[in-house]
Amino acid sequence: MKRTIFSNQLLPWLLLAPQLAITFIFFLWPAGQAIRQSFLREDAFGINTSFVGLANFRALLDSPEYLESVKVTAVFAVSVTVVSMGVALLLAVAVDRMLKSARVYTTLLVWPYAVAPAVAGILWWFIFNPTIGIMPYVLDVIGYDWNHVSSKTDAMILVVIASAWKQISYNFLFFVAGLQAIPASMREAAAIDGAGPVRRFFDITFPLLSPTTFFLLVINIVYAMFETFGVIDATTEGGPARATNIMVYKVYFDGFVGQNIGSSAAQSVVLMLLVITLTIIQFRWVEKKVEY
Amino acid sequence: MASIKLDNLGKIYPGGSRAVGGVKLDIADGEFIVLVGPSGCGKSTLLRMVAGLESITEGEVRIGDRVVNKVEPADRDIAMVFQNYALYPHMSVRQNLAYGLKNRRTPKAEITRRVDEAAAILQIGPFLDRKPRALSGGQRQRVAMGRAIVREPAAFLFDEPLSNLDAKLRVAMRLEIKDLQKRLRTTSIYVTHDQLEAMTLADRLVVLNAGQVEQIGTPLDVYRRPASTFVAGFIGSPAMNLIPARAVPHLPGSAHAAVIGIRPEDLVPDPDGPIEMQVGAIEELGAQRLVHGKVNGADVTIALPSHGELSDRLRLNAAPEALHRFDDKSGKRLD
Repeated sequence: MKRTIFSNQLLPWLLLAPQLAITFIFFLWPAGQAIRQSFLREDAFGINTSFVGLANFRALLDSPEYLESVKVTAVFAVSVTVVSMGVALLLAVAVDRMLKSARVYTTLLVWPYAVAPAVAGILWWFIFNPTIGIMPYVLDVIGYDWNHVSSKTDAMILVVIASAWKQISYNFLFFVAGLQAIPASMREAAAIDGAGPVRRFFDITFPLLSPTTFFLLVINIVYAMFETFGVIDATTEGGPARATNIMVYKVYFDGFVGQNIGSSAAQSVVLMLLVITLTIIQFRWVEKKVEY
Repeated sequence: MASIKLDNLGKIYPGGSRAVGGVKLDIADGEFIVLVGPSGCGKSTLLRMVAGLESITEGEVRIGDRVVNKVEPADRDIAMVFQNYALYPHMSVRQNLAYGLKNRRTPKAEITRRVDEAAAILQIGPFLDRKPRALSGGQRQRVAMGRAIVREPAAFLFDEPLSNLDAKLRVAMRLEIKDLQKRLRTTSIYVTHDQLEAMTLADRLVVLNAGQVEQIGTPLDVYRRPASTFVAGFIGSPAMNLIPARAVPHLPGSAHAAVIGIRPEDLVPDPDGPIEMQVGAIEELGAQRLVHGKVNGADVTIALPSHGELSDRLRLNAAPEALHRFDDKSGKRLD
């Protein structure tokens, strides 16, 4: 890296200021507020606040609703990750086999990533709308009565599809790049070594993709846990009967709808710790363990 | 082990461009054939068609007495050594060697026996448990060879296997490959752009140019009687001088031919010689010196012993049997 020496002491700080300001105002300050408020309790009218120590956290652990939300989040995150990575890998392998039209397909497949989560949510909400949607109509033909407003399973499937759909493009791009980085001669050598296409994929291609796969695994879990708020809010709003009430949505709901600031802040802090853990895993593992 | 027969083999890519055309070649059992030519001449494509990695659009490939045009690479009973070795980076050397045998459901004891045997032949025993990235270039090269020989295939296919090595190692590995092939007597096809490698390894050379065979023959045949100006200029280093006949009107046969070929070492100083050369640049190589210059405006290089003074004009002569006469349009040899 090239080192630049500034003659003016003030200039580097000025140049850094916008980024520092954004980091401080939108990240450090709210995070600090969340941590502070997680130790406080506000009365119903917002007049008195009192320090309650870890009471908010203890209440969370005792709350069956919160534990249910953790479970829902786990199911949701794992499903979104598996679906989005699985489909993306399938598409990437298919595109990687093409010689001429690969670029066209890649471009087309990347489009969904440009769609905002809430818009994606609305889109799927329309498609799966029990009254006017096309999918319930199609499912009805094969004898399935789709209703995500009353069925917990249907609701979960809907939010998983809507969330995974958006992420497929992102995963796809990384998988295509990963596949193209594997020398063709490696697969040719395996072909001469008597491995059929399926064997070749599992013995050669997939292991060589493992750095990409692990990176995407962490990215997708983070996405499913924290960035799917818009999808949930636009489709199920956490329902029915809290069946899609993932942790991030519960933070919003308890804090802004339920006005229980202390509990909401405590939940945020838990999520913050989760992100930090995932990030550490990401850095430690990706760089060291997953290599060949 | 098997003979290989290429019958009018050709390749036209879907876009319509032709990579290889009309290649006829009979390879005897145990023979070492080298395909040589400049980059883009179709030699790799030809090899990959034999391997089954490239589809065949014209003609036939026979391995043994079986036409293999539509046979999968795995079922052609061949082994290939790639330019970049194509070792599986996530497998140990032992796993790399065993992979092809494992896929063919060879019994475990047999795999171990063959891997150990190959490791002993190639002296890679100490590295069997290492991953390829922990090996040097030469060691990787050996592992790639090992992967070919454990399979005990009907034929070895080599795709420029030495071009990623440094010069010294390349010479050493060249000798080893020759030695190994002599010992195993496995039919081999070897692709290279390096004419020296081709000369030293081949039982027979196939010189390719623009997808066509220019000449097939033993290295000495090809060297002594190049079939065209292309072969004459490609085989031998420093390259043969190809002089327009009108620049050297006093040489025998120059009246009929358009181009006269003379190897640099065949042009010798002679005070009464019919050729006058204006001396230009001189390259000292130690044992000899290469003298570049002009004869009646044509570029000529000669190889002289590295001693004595040089004047800036030299008179040269060449023995009649050292002259090669070529046609102008086709570039073909005339006699």
